[in-house]
Amino acid sequence: MKLTIPAFVGRIAFSALAALIGAIFALPLLWFLFAPFNARAELGLALPDPWTLNNFVTVFGNSYAVQALWNSFIQAAGGVILVGAAATLAAYALSRSSIPGKSAVTYILLLFSSVVSGSAAMVPIFLIISAAGLMDTHIAVILTFAGGLLPTAMFILRDFIDSIPKSYEESAMVAGASPVQAFFDVALPVIRPGIVVVVVWAFVNIWGSFLIPFILLRSDSNMPASVAIYSFYSEAGTPIVTLLAAYSLIYSLPVIALYLFVSWKFGFRFFGGIKA
Amino acid sequence: MASVEFKNVTKSFGEFKAVADVSFDIGDGEFVCLLGPSGCGKTTSLRMMAGLETPTSGQIFIGGQEVTHLHPKDRNIAMVFQDYALYPHMNLADNIAYPLKVRGEAVAARHGRAKEVADVLKIGHLMDRLPSQISGGQQQRTSLARALVYPAKVYLFDEPLSNLDAKLRLEARGFLNHLQRDMGMTAVYVTHDQAEAMALATRIAVMDHGHIVQFASPIEIYRRPATTFVANFVGNPPMNLVEAEGAQVDGKLALKAEGLTIAGLAMTDAIGKALATSNKLTLGVRPEHLGIAQTGAANTITAPLFANENMGPESLVTLDRGDSARVTARIFTDDHLDLSQVVTLGFSAEHVHLFDSTGKRIPALGE
Repeated sequence: MKLTIPAFVGRIAFSALAALIGAIFALPLLWFLFAPFNARAELGLALPDPWTLNNFVTVFGNSYAVQALWNSFIQAAGGVILVGAAATLAAYALSRSSIPGKSAVTYILLLFSSVVSGSAAMVPIFLIISAAGLMDTHIAVILTFAGGLLPTAMFILRDFIDSIPKSYEESAMVAGASPVQAFFDVALPVIRPGIVVVVVWAFVNIWGSFLIPFILLRSDSNMPASVAIYSFYSEAGTPIVTLLAAYSLIYSLPVIALYLFVSWKFGFRFFGGIKA
Repeated sequence: MASVEFKNVTKSFGEFKAVADVSFDIGDGEFVCLLGPSGCGKTTSLRMMAGLETPTSGQIFIGGQEVTHLHPKDRNIAMVFQDYALYPHMNLADNIAYPLKVRGEAVAARHGRAKEVADVLKIGHLMDRLPSQISGGQQQRTSLARALVYPAKVYLFDEPLSNLDAKLRLEARGFLNHLQRDMGMTAVYVTHDQAEAMALATRIAVMDHGHIVQFASPIEIYRRPATTFVANFVGNPPMNLVEAEGAQVDGKLALKAEGLTIAGLAMTDAIGKALATSNKLTLGVRPEHLGIAQTGAANTITAPLFANENMGPESLVTLDRGDSARVTARIFTDDHLDLSQVVTLGFSAEHVHLFDSTGKRIPALGE
């Protein structure tokens, strides 16, 4: 294919611009990959010389930091299980049953959910958790997140279930299955890709959140990693870059791993109906 | 196998009556087609038999037992869905064997039985595939296999062939007919395709606006349609209907309509009764009973030619009588028909159907 000169110049200019924008985005990521292995890491980008794992050794030697990762996991896993299970059941009921005003329920919940996990509701949430005697517990964080994320999760899942033909469960029931059997044998496997999307979304949300655990938790031994990162600042407030970089890398690994696992296992594909 | 009975069944969705006070009896071993246009209530009736809808009022019996409010799983029925409803995450073996799984059969036994049925339906070599990996015709046979894998009292079909292409549909229709002869199953089959209903049914229930208009054998429905609606729905192409003004002249029935010449239609008491109410009658003649005739001859319709379609063994000749009233003739010839601008189609008096002003059939002599 022959290109005219202006078109050729245009393409080069476009590629150059795209490369520049790509580089701007790539630089922090490169820092993120190099700094943890650099014993003298600073905020500038530099190739580690020599490559070292000393930063990680120091981080893993810090029991508070390790405990925080475990706390993050407990809170995220707890929240995800609660959100996943409750959203699936609620969305299924909202999609399949003929409750009057069911879509109003979904939209009102959706509207208020942005408030619940947002900073505007921090005071009431603090008071409620305090009154319930749940202050400084994992349960407090899990419940707050579940409340905040559930409506959106329900909304996403309900939309997903709406798009799945009812005839799947109907054919199962005609064939002799009880509604519960039809749900677990037929509906649940078909909905699963939607649940996976919701689970990943909820996990990332909880894992990366700072404000809610920071406010609802008191003792160091309960703090998740997002809060614990602040322990790598000196008394004067300047970051200890080497440790911060190493810990950040460890902190981001579960999310990346989860994404890769889901993409490998489910491919973020939706089954939907079979093409007729 | 068992009988099915509807007793004054009504199903309303809000103000809309999908099925309005319908009663009928389906005998053991009958293959009944519910035939009608979309929205006539045929699918709703079928879903009530399956238990997927609950009647607003009335009773449903299967095999003499009342099932009106029974859950689908307790009715021991089998159903083939229009979209097949094959479980996308199960391979064919698991799909077909699913009804046996919920009945608690062991894996080996149920897969063996599934393979047997699949072999009969010529999909036995595909048992490891997922539904998305097989063709539409194979999906259709898989859904049929899933319905046949266990002995059910009644087999329900919800337009099972409507997603197939024309050739596969003929093939599947022939197979269903064979199956019915083989098994003698009680089946209820919903379709809007009159040819399917004619080919498969032992009796057809023609439905319109939630009512059963006529419930009779295919041949009866073809020969003696109860209303203009049935006449216009059954037949390929359907019956020609010509609105005419009737009068008794010299002891014979005279019909007046644009381009219509009628002579010597015998008067009967029934016709006299219809004329006493209104002189607006409808004349019906099936396309296959029309032939090219001499202009001005008795029992003919003359009108400008609209279309002349050669179908191979036959030609469809359509005349336009104005106001989108068309008359179509099936002329059985494999020759090219050379026609003038204005064509005359003739018919014999014995093939005339008459309907009164409300569209009801006026019984012919001896009916």
